[in-house]
Formats: sequence, structure tokens, C-alpha cells
Amino acid sequence: MDESSRHQKSAAVLDEGLDSSLVGHVHSFESMGAVDGPGLRFVVFLQGCPLRCQYCHNPDCREPTGGRLLSVSQVIEEISHHRRFLKHGGVTISGGEPLLQARFTAALLAACHGLKLHTALDTSGFGTLERAHPILDHADLVLLDIKNFDPQRYHDVTNVDLETTLRFAEELRLRNKPFWLRYVLVPNLTDNREAIEALSRYLLAFPNLERIDILPFHKLGESKWESLGYPYKLKETESPDAALICEVMRIFAKTGRPVYS
Amino acid sequence: MQSNPSFTSGIWQDSIDVRDFIQKNYTPYEGDAHFLSGPTVASQKLWNLVCELMKEERRKGVLDAETKTPAGILAHGPAWLDKSLEMVVGFQTDRPLKRSIMPQGGSRVVEQALESYGYKLDPETKAVYTRYRKTHNQGVFDAYTRDMRAVRSSGIITGLPDAYGRGRIIGDYRRVALYGVDRLIEFKKYDLRSLEDVAMTEEVIRTREETSEQLAALNELKAMAKLYGFDISQPARNGREAVQWLYFAYLAAVKEQDGAAMSLGRVSTFLDVFIERDLREGILGEREAQELIDHLVMKLRMVRFLRTPDYNELFSGEPTWVTESIGGMGEDGRTLVTRTSFRFLQTLRNLGPAPEPNLTVLWSESLPKAFKDFCALISVDTSAIQYENDDVMRPYYGDDYGIACCVSAMRIGKQMQFFGARANLAKGLLYAINGGRDEKSGEQIGPKTQPLNSEYLDYDEVMQRYDTLLDWLARTYIGALNVIHYMHDRYNYERLEMALHDREILRTMACGIAGLSVVADSLSAIKYARVKPIRNREGLVVDYEVTGEFPEYGNNDDRVDRIAVDVVCRFMDKLRQQRTYRHAVPTQSVLTITSNVVYGKKTGNTPDGRKAGMPFAPGANPMHGRDTQGAISALASVAKLPYQQSLDGISYTFSITPQALGHEESETRGNLVDLLDAYTEAGGHHINVNVLNRETLLEAMEHPEKFPQLTIRVSGYAVNFIKLTREQQLDVIHRTFHGRVRA
Repeated sequence: MDESSRHQKSAAVLDEGLDSSLVGHVHSFESMGAVDGPGLRFVVFLQGCPLRCQYCHNPDCREPTGGRLLSVSQVIEEISHHRRFLKHGGVTISGGEPLLQARFTAALLAACHGLKLHTALDTSGFGTLERAHPILDHADLVLLDIKNFDPQRYHDVTNVDLETTLRFAEELRLRNKPFWLRYVLVPNLTDNREAIEALSRYLLAFPNLERIDILPFHKLGESKWESLGYPYKLKETESPDAALICEVMRIFAKTGRPVYS
Repeated sequence: MQSNPSFTSGIWQDSIDVRDFIQKNYTPYEGDAHFLSGPTVASQKLWNLVCELMKEERRKGVLDAETKTPAGILAHGPAWLDKSLEMVVGFQTDRPLKRSIMPQGGSRVVEQALESYGYKLDPETKAVYTRYRKTHNQGVFDAYTRDMRAVRSSGIITGLPDAYGRGRIIGDYRRVALYGVDRLIEFKKYDLRSLEDVAMTEEVIRTREETSEQLAALNELKAMAKLYGFDISQPARNGREAVQWLYFAYLAAVKEQDGAAMSLGRVSTFLDVFIERDLREGILGEREAQELIDHLVMKLRMVRFLRTPDYNELFSGEPTWVTESIGGMGEDGRTLVTRTSFRFLQTLRNLGPAPEPNLTVLWSESLPKAFKDFCALISVDTSAIQYENDDVMRPYYGDDYGIACCVSAMRIGKQMQFFGARANLAKGLLYAINGGRDEKSGEQIGPKTQPLNSEYLDYDEVMQRYDTLLDWLARTYIGALNVIHYMHDRYNYERLEMALHDREILRTMACGIAGLSVVADSLSAIKYARVKPIRNREGLVVDYEVTGEFPEYGNNDDRVDRIAVDVVCRFMDKLRQQRTYRHAVPTQSVLTITSNVVYGKKTGNTPDGRKAGMPFAPGANPMHGRDTQGAISALASVAKLPYQQSLDGISYTFSITPQALGHEESETRGNLVDLLDAYTEAGGHHINVNVLNRETLLEAMEHPEKFPQLTIRVSGYAVNFIKLTREQQLDVIHRTFHGRVRA
């Protein structure tokens, strides 16, 4: 039996219905993710995202049907070729919003567990809980990106509501699922201090929060917006300066968790 | 040995066996870097003096140059930087950084090099080397065939050491410190005596002549040390003497040879035995121990040769490849890492980063964790370390080998190589398609075959032609190398370096290939997409139209990676079939140094879509921008190239932005260690690690004065970024920078 068919079996045994013949729309792979969870990680970017973040750096992942159509076992085979590099790291499913292709994501994570790889889910938390359950069963770590804590601002930034994400966070707490908070810091958009203070206070109630990563806004994705013909609102926005980053780090430090930028 | 009573005895006392001495006496170190010292005031003062001199040198091109006296061990009197501060003394000429001339390699090269810096070769010296004394270069051209001249001028074979010193020979400089010169002379005399009552064959005559030359060089070495007030006829008695004796031996080598690579070997753990004993006996403190290494390294950073601007265009930054191999594991399972291994790396902090000496860590998964962490830390800070896989090399070379130049492993004092530059396999593919004609000039260079006439290239047909062409290329290539090394031995023999070798040594004929990723992708295009050759009016294929997609090397995709492996094995097989000078064992490397730019310039459009003149990827790297799946996939592809088919090394250059390697220091360090461990486990041979921002490099291009020490690693060695040509700087910047876009 070759490696991939063995994984196919183990995944199938683990979870009925999470079949490795399931197919998903995959945007791309990044074989060397060093900032998307602990250690070196193989990152799978999935297609489809219901959010419309103004600063999105992967707008080409928006459409749910784009990308390559690959089965779980095809993706797993690709991952298995990189396995020896992932010993202290693992696999991170990102996107797009991986909760959108929920069954595929769950099957993929389950299959990664079949390979004994650590798994992480990089999400905005925007998805129905019912569909998220099998995913969370197989995610060792969640990288939860809360785009803002002010509901109105959240909607301005993403074009969807904050509430869904908070319900997701609640679920993480109930499950005591380890998570890292990610916060994209954009001057004049997500640097509203009261909201950051409020978020920091809110996080105090999460014993399962392990760390906070501040991701300073950059414009490296701008060209993608142009080539896709989407209007880019942040043309004039600069990356946050060191002073702003420090200030926000200090606010998040009140959670008592390590804060990185 | 009487003068070293406190060392553990062994066979090293009765015969020359440095390894045995190390194994019996060294102290493995598994601890961390906390013990290290910063630079002493003397070191800082000296280094400032050096920096000033180097600044002036950069401004003038060369600081000063000899124009009359040919170089030699005793050609120049002593020189000091500041006699009162130097713990390690000795310069190549009578003034620090002053270049000597070595016309025995070829007098025209010397003349040109001098002229390009505004100096003139003394007419009398010129007369000696044109009228009375034949040079290596003359000898080579006397014997070159028409084919050899043709491949050389078309550029399908480039960089042959036919007008400059071949280098890549490592004298076992440690022997001088351990035994003293007198003992070495005794052994060489014994060798000579043992060749008296035998039939005087050509081989015996040559060995007798060479041994006599070696003896003369050893005597000169002793006399040279005397000029500095040292008697090195006896073994070194302490750490300071060990460093000095060893450096004198190395100095004598670079006084008489300007080989392309003048590597140091594997000295740190050897020196540690002496230093460790001094520390134990209270003769030295840690500050003094570090100072010794700092001063030695300072000297190694000041090794200079006179090169032509051509040569510098090819290699840039005036590399000398003073490669020092650090760490590794012993055959008995103990690590060969010692405190002095740390001290060598510490020089990058104490004196700031620099391209020389070319610090090479012999990486093994079994290395002590603290040492791995320290290496990664220094890499992230300085980008000045290269890593080579001790686990794949040890089975071939044991645990006392060193790296010559960039990636060439050899047992110290027991093995040497005949350096052979490289063949341009991408150009070879174009020749195969064009029936042996050059794609740029249209000239018939290779053997004439029927050009391919089909509308689309057929993979099997192309491979068949390519295979035949490679037969011819390998034959011509080794033939040229045989000529070169025959003449080099005859007219430019490395007396001193060979005096520090055993009498019986293993010689390899170290060939090399360039353009591997271009060939792999081109063949992949022909196999998996449709490639239509476009012919000019003379019927010469000058371009290609590619329709459809094809897998590209560097994405861990077996379909194309196997093609790359096949090309490596195929060419190696052909090299093995050739007859070599002095029965040297053929090997090859996948290494271009910075010549990937020049090779690209000389190569027309290729079927992979690469445009004429575009640089190749360096070494075994994938073509820039084609490794779309990130660094680990690229590493996995490179690691598939079989080391046993490329025993002279497989080079990969990896550049990454610090942000892409982790959020904070311990993460960055841990990730780099994991990366090196996994690459090593996968069988990858060599990796350069650059941790740099693109912006830093762009700024350094505009404001070189702000970055005098900015060091980056390029295909097997390090260079001063600001000394690269603009073209090479751009190539480095365009080359894949692994830094993923993320929010």
C-alpha cells in the first residue's frame, strides 16, 4: 500500500462521512509557513470567503469556485511529501475562509491527524457552528482573526457581522480549544483604541487563549486587487509605524498572554 | 612527544596522524554560548586599522601591488599592522593588503591585472616569464586541441583554470603546529629515500622531484617564520603558538599560490586542544582565547590576490575561499564541536560579518542542540554561514575532512582535487537541438548531426541527441582538464600545500555542471507541453514557442525533479567513462558560484521560456520565480539530487526575510534549525542561508558607503554585497526571496 492510500484509510476510519475522496477548491499551497502556527507549517489556502475585508491580501481567494479542484487524498499526498519538514510544525488550513468548505476542511484536518501532523485552522470564525464542529474536532489549534471589536467598524471592514465570530469564539471557550488571536492593524481603520481595549478585556475571559499576533498592515496584496479589477480603498493608507504597533501591543499585553508583531 | 607531555599519547606520535591526535585529546562541548567573550580593546583597535585600509582599498581598487619580484614564501620581508597589538603575525607581502604577482601561472594575466589598476609589470620580470621561463598558461595552450579551444570560446565550458591557479587544495596546516617543521622534513626525507632502489619510472621520477620541491618549501617556511622572530622547527607549545604556527603554514601557501580557492581546512577543534589545555593550566583566560581566534580571523580576512577585472566579473567581490569547516560529528558518535567552534562563529559578532573566512558548518542532526541554536542565531544576524551535510559526507570522507572552496569535501592531507570549473549543460541542450551548432554564432562547435526537423520537439528524439552530445562534451571537457592539470603540476606546482599532504593521496577530477534547472525545465516543457522551435533564415533554432503547462523544477514535483536527477546521473556516468590525468577519480558538482550570470549571458533562448542572456539560477537552485510553492518544496526538490552522483557538492542558496521565518527570535531560530535538520535528513548537501530584507539590499545598492560589511551568501561562498557588479546585485535581488505575502 502506498503512503497516500494508507492515509486515505486512516482518515476514513476516523470519521464517517469525512471521506478522502471529497473534493475542494484549493487556491494554492505554501510549503514554508513559519508564521501561521507553531514551527514550520504547510499551509493550504482554500477558495471562497464571505468576508470582504478592505485590506484583504488574498482577494483572489474570494470566489468559492475558483482554484484547483483537488481531493483530500491529493492534498494529503502533497503534504506527505513535505512531512519530514513538519515535525515540530504541522499543517495550517487557511484561505479564503476555510469554514466555507466545511466538509472538505474537516476531512483534510482529519486526514492530517491520520499522518500524525499537528493541525491549525486559520479563520475569521465566520461560519455556522453546526458545520464548524467536525472541523474543530480535528484542529489542534485555531488562529482566530477578529477584525475589529466594534460591531459597526467590524461591518465596515468586512461587510459581515461580528456576532457570528463571537459565537465561534464562545464555542472555542466551551471546548477549551487552544487559540491564538490575530489582529490586523490598519492605521485609521482598525486602530480604534477603545475597541482594542474592549477586545483585550473580552479576551481575559478565555483561558484557552495562548498568544496574540499583531499583523501590521502592508500593501503587498494591492496588485492582486488591481488585476482582479476590484476597487482598493486603502491606496493612501500606510503601514502602521513602530509607535502605533507598540501601543497596540501594550493594550493586548493586558491579557497576560505573549504578544508578537 | 617531549614538548607536549600533557597530551594523551597515540599513534600520532610515531607517524603523521592529526586525526588521531584530535580524537585522543579533544574535549567535545555540548553547552551553550554563554561563555563567549566580546572583542578586546586590542582587537577593536586592530580591526579599526584594517577597516581603514580596506576602505582605502575599495576606493583605489587595490591598495598597493608588487610589480617586480614574483611571489614566493621568502619573496617579501615581514610586515605588521601594529606590532604591539598583534597576537598573530604575518602578511603575504611587505605591506598589509599589498598584492603580489604570480606570473608562473601566466604572465599576460599578471600584466593585464596590473595594468587595470594602473601598475606596470617590470620589463625584466616580464622577460623572464616570456623568454626564459615557461608558464602554466603557455603549456596549456601548447597542448589544447581545436575542440578544446572551440568549447572554451563558445562558452559551453567556462572558467577553466588555464590562466590562473587551480586552487581547491588544502594543505594540512595543522601538521606544522603539531609536529614542527623539522619533523615534517624528516618524514619527507624518508619518502625520498624509500624511492631510491626502485625502477625509475616516470611516476617515481615525478614523485622524487615533487618531494624535493616540497622539502625546499618546508625549509623556506621555516626561514619565513624566522623573519618574524619565530622558530617553528619544533611543535607549538601552547595555544598562541599553535595558532601562529598554523597560520604561518597557511601564509606560506598563500604567499606562493593564488589558487582560485585557498581553503584553511578544519582547524578549530584541533586548535581547541591547545587552547583548552592552556585554559586548564591558567595560561589563557577566555578573553585571551577569543582574542587569538579574532586575530587569526582578521588575518584570514586580509588575504589578497591580484585578479583581472574579468575574473572579478565572474566571481565578484574578490573571493579567496578561505573556507574553515566547523563542527560535525565524529565516527565514534561524539560531536566534534568544541568551544573553539563557537569562538570561530563569535568572530562574526566581534569583528562584524564578512565574507571571509568562508565559515562552513558541518551540519548533522546529531549536533548538540545548543550549537545548532547558536549557528541559527548567527545566521539570522549575519547571513555569513553556509551549512553542509555532515551526515551524507562522513561515510565518504570520514570525520577529518574539510571543505575546499564552496562545497568540495576532501580528507585533510590525504586527498586533493583537480579543479575543473563547469560545463554549461543548458547550452549543450541547444547544441543537441541544432546539430552541434552554436545557437548564437551559428558555428559548428559540437560534432555535426542532423538538426531536428519536426514541427514540435519530441522528447525521446531530443534526449537521444542530447545524450550523444553529452558524450562528446564529457570527452572534450575531461581532455581539457587533463591538459590543464598536467601543465599545472609541471609549471605551477603547489610545493608547500603538497608538502602538507601524505605521499600517497587520492586525486579527484572535479568537474561541474551549470544550468541544471534550465535543462530540467526545458526538458519538462518538451515532455509535458508543446514546444515549437523557431528557426532563423539559416535554419538555426533561435527561439521556442511553448503552449500548455509543464511542471517546473523546485516545486517538489517528481515529474520534473526526476528529469533533473536523470541529467545529473547521466552526465556523471559519461565523466566516469573518461581517462583522467594521474588516474584521478572523476566527480562533479552542481555549483555555479556567481558565474550563473555570465553563463546566462552566453546562452540563447531556451525551451523553458527563459530568454537569451537571462541569468541561470545559481547552483542547484530552481529558476527564480518558478518555485511557486514556497521554500520547503524547493529544498525538497534540491535534496533529491543524489550526492553519490555529485560528490563534489550540490549547492543551494536560500534567501528569506526575517519576518517570514518567525515572529520573534526563538521562533526564527527554531524554525531555521528545523529547516536545516529536515533538509539534512532528506539528503540535501549544501545550503547558504541569507536572512535579509529586500529593502536592505536595495538601499545598499544606492548607498554602499553605509553597508561596508553587508555580507550575503551566494552559491557556496559569501560576498560583500557592495562589491558585486550592479548586474549581480540585481540578480541577487530578483532571485526568489522567500517572504510570503500575508496579512
